[in-house]
Amino acid sequence: MPIKTARDALNEAMFHEFARDPNVFAIGEDIAGGRGGSSGDIGCVGGIFGVTKGLVAEFGEERVIDTPISESAIVGAAAGAALSGMRPVAEIMFADFFGVCLDQVMNQVAKFRYMFGGKTKCPLVIRCNTGAGYSAAAQHSQTMYQMMTAIPGLKVVVPSNAYDAKGLLISAIQDDDPVLFFEHKLLYQSECEVPDEAYAIPFGEAAMPREGEHCTVVAFGQMVNVAAQAIDSLAAEGITCDLIDPRTTSPLDEETILESVEATGRLVVVDESPPRCGLTADIAGMVADKGFSSLRAPIKQVTAPHSPVPFAAELEAAYLPKAQDVAAAIRETLK
Amino acid sequence: MTNLTEQQLVQAYRRMKTIREFEERLHIEIATGQIAGFTHLYAGQEAIAVGVCEHLSDADSIVSTHRGHGHCIAKGADVLKMMKEIWGSTEGTCNGKGGSMHIAEVERGILGANGIVGGGPPIGVGAALASKLKKNNTVALSFGGDGSSNQGTTFEAMNMAVCLKVPKIFVMENNGYSENTGASYSSGGIDIAARAESFGMPVFKADGSDFFSVYDAANKAIEYSRRGDGPSVVYATMMRYFGHFEGDAQLYRAKDEVKNLRETSDCLDNFRTRVSDDKLLDLAVLDAVDDEVLALIEQSVQDAKVAPRGTLADVTKDVYINY
Ligand SMILES: Cc1ncc(C[n+]2csc(CCOP(=O)(O)OP(=O)(O)O)c2C)c(N)n1
Ligand SMILES: [Mg+2]
Repeated sequence: MPIKTARDALNEAMFHEFARDPNVFAIGEDIAGGRGGSSGDIGCVGGIFGVTKGLVAEFGEERVIDTPISESAIVGAAAGAALSGMRPVAEIMFADFFGVCLDQVMNQVAKFRYMFGGKTKCPLVIRCNTGAGYSAAAQHSQTMYQMMTAIPGLKVVVPSNAYDAKGLLISAIQDDDPVLFFEHKLLYQSECEVPDEAYAIPFGEAAMPREGEHCTVVAFGQMVNVAAQAIDSLAAEGITCDLIDPRTTSPLDEETILESVEATGRLVVVDESPPRCGLTADIAGMVADKGFSSLRAPIKQVTAPHSPVPFAAELEAAYLPKAQDVAAAIRETLK
Repeated sequence: MTNLTEQQLVQAYRRMKTIREFEERLHIEIATGQIAGFTHLYAGQEAIAVGVCEHLSDADSIVSTHRGHGHCIAKGADVLKMMKEIWGSTEGTCNGKGGSMHIAEVERGILGANGIVGGGPPIGVGAALASKLKKNNTVALSFGGDGSSNQGTTFEAMNMAVCLKVPKIFVMENNGYSENTGASYSSGGIDIAARAESFGMPVFKADGSDFFSVYDAANKAIEYSRRGDGPSVVYATMMRYFGHFEGDAQLYRAKDEVKNLRETSDCLDNFRTRVSDDKLLDLAVLDAVDDEVLALIEQSVQDAKVAPRGTLADVTKDVYINY
């Protein structure tokens, strides 16, 4: 199987879905790029991380729509088009910019179907980049998916590798509900085997990239890779773990987590977001509620601190959870 | 003719030159990979920031943008600390927490560069409201690009500034691009100054490559707002010399666009020509300023390279005052 970056895998997913369904279109800032520029090279950008590269040349300007810097109007226009039978894939450049268009996402898109008595659907995808690691500072590095997971009516996808990214984006575009799709900045360059053909990965089904017996580790997005490193480093100490990548935070595959904890009796949850009201607390609460009798040690949470993301490279590195933090938490559950 | 004193002219030139050298040097340093994050350079547009800010004192405030270095230097920010901030040192303007996109010196009326396009104009309305309530005769400005003029927050801020009749000046810098998209595509009704006018504000237009043109337009706008007549607008056009951010391949620009700009519309060249034609200054004075500025920038970089760095304990500092 060919090795591809997540950027290319995501790009392929877009191509597959554009070709399959003429109602699919993309809308966002600089997703083609070059319109109104003096070189006339329309399509020269393809999204700031290159995910929509080549789409405009293949499918035309009507389906690959660059917009003014107007996030509320981007999401609103996508929402209205989705209610009217189209399948928009909107791009909000950085997840942080959900702060600019939160009304459209939270009060409009998320609630149409419910408020309208189940009589409509809003099949729209909003893609964005997420997370720290680029020294992009406090307004361009937040994860945001943990906040969005709290909103009923939205499905939330957080892929951790190129293979999943492709299959999950295809599912997202085919899904009849609104889906927020979070692409970690460090994901784009990561590589693995990715088939050329289209395939869909269902929502609400966790992956288990490591299997073991001593502890269950649940991690999200980029932290799946950090947790995997931690687990691999513990092999020398004779410690093995289940590593669960939920892939979608809403819907959440509770069953896989509970089954694993039943076998291991221990749980470490890892996320890059700050700790309060976040995914680690969510999973810990769910397991304490539904799997308490399986637990043989207190649950450990590994997160960023309760602070914005700092700019300076070493401050940002200190902010982010590291493999040794995860390894220490796993050891702690085994004491 | 101009009523600027020799001293004022030299200061204006010094600030424009400082911005230019700051940015030219960053362009080189960033290419070596030592500076992290997204850096948006202001070179080319110096006359706008300086032409406007020369009318302000520390008591007046500005709200800047992601392309903020020029605005901050024009408003008198400490260049040595700015360079340290961009390098991520704890001795930087923001202790290394903010970086290029968030440089601020609130005590000097710099209420921050801003990573959110359109984030600034409403904040400027609030600063102007404070001026009005305190009756201290100060004004507040926000800078914004052609791109930010398409953000709803800009419209809301303009309308509210008029309703509240606050001493707020909207500085609209049309550099022809928002990231990689031309203003002719993304601004429906390309005359974005007319939009501002339709809210009932006077608009003063300027050539953004000409310090004197901006200075005059800003003078009218700031006088209007300072005397209590309400918000006003300075609209200036001039393109940037570098990419949207450092690392931008700029495929959307025609090959010679920047070269032509540098040859025909350079604000420093224009300034020199004007002061020499009108016999306002001896060019040797400006040559001396050039040398001083180069030495300052060199020092700022050498200092920044060895300035102290933060540790884990710094990460959670300053989230709150009390917690
Ligand atoms: C809310 C928001 N949307 C998008 C961006 C990404 N972005 C940063 S700068 C920029 C272009 C801004 O254009 P303009 O206002 O003309 O300023 P210029 O860069 O030309 O100085 C964009 C789209 C952002 N930072 N914030
Ligand atoms: Mg612009």
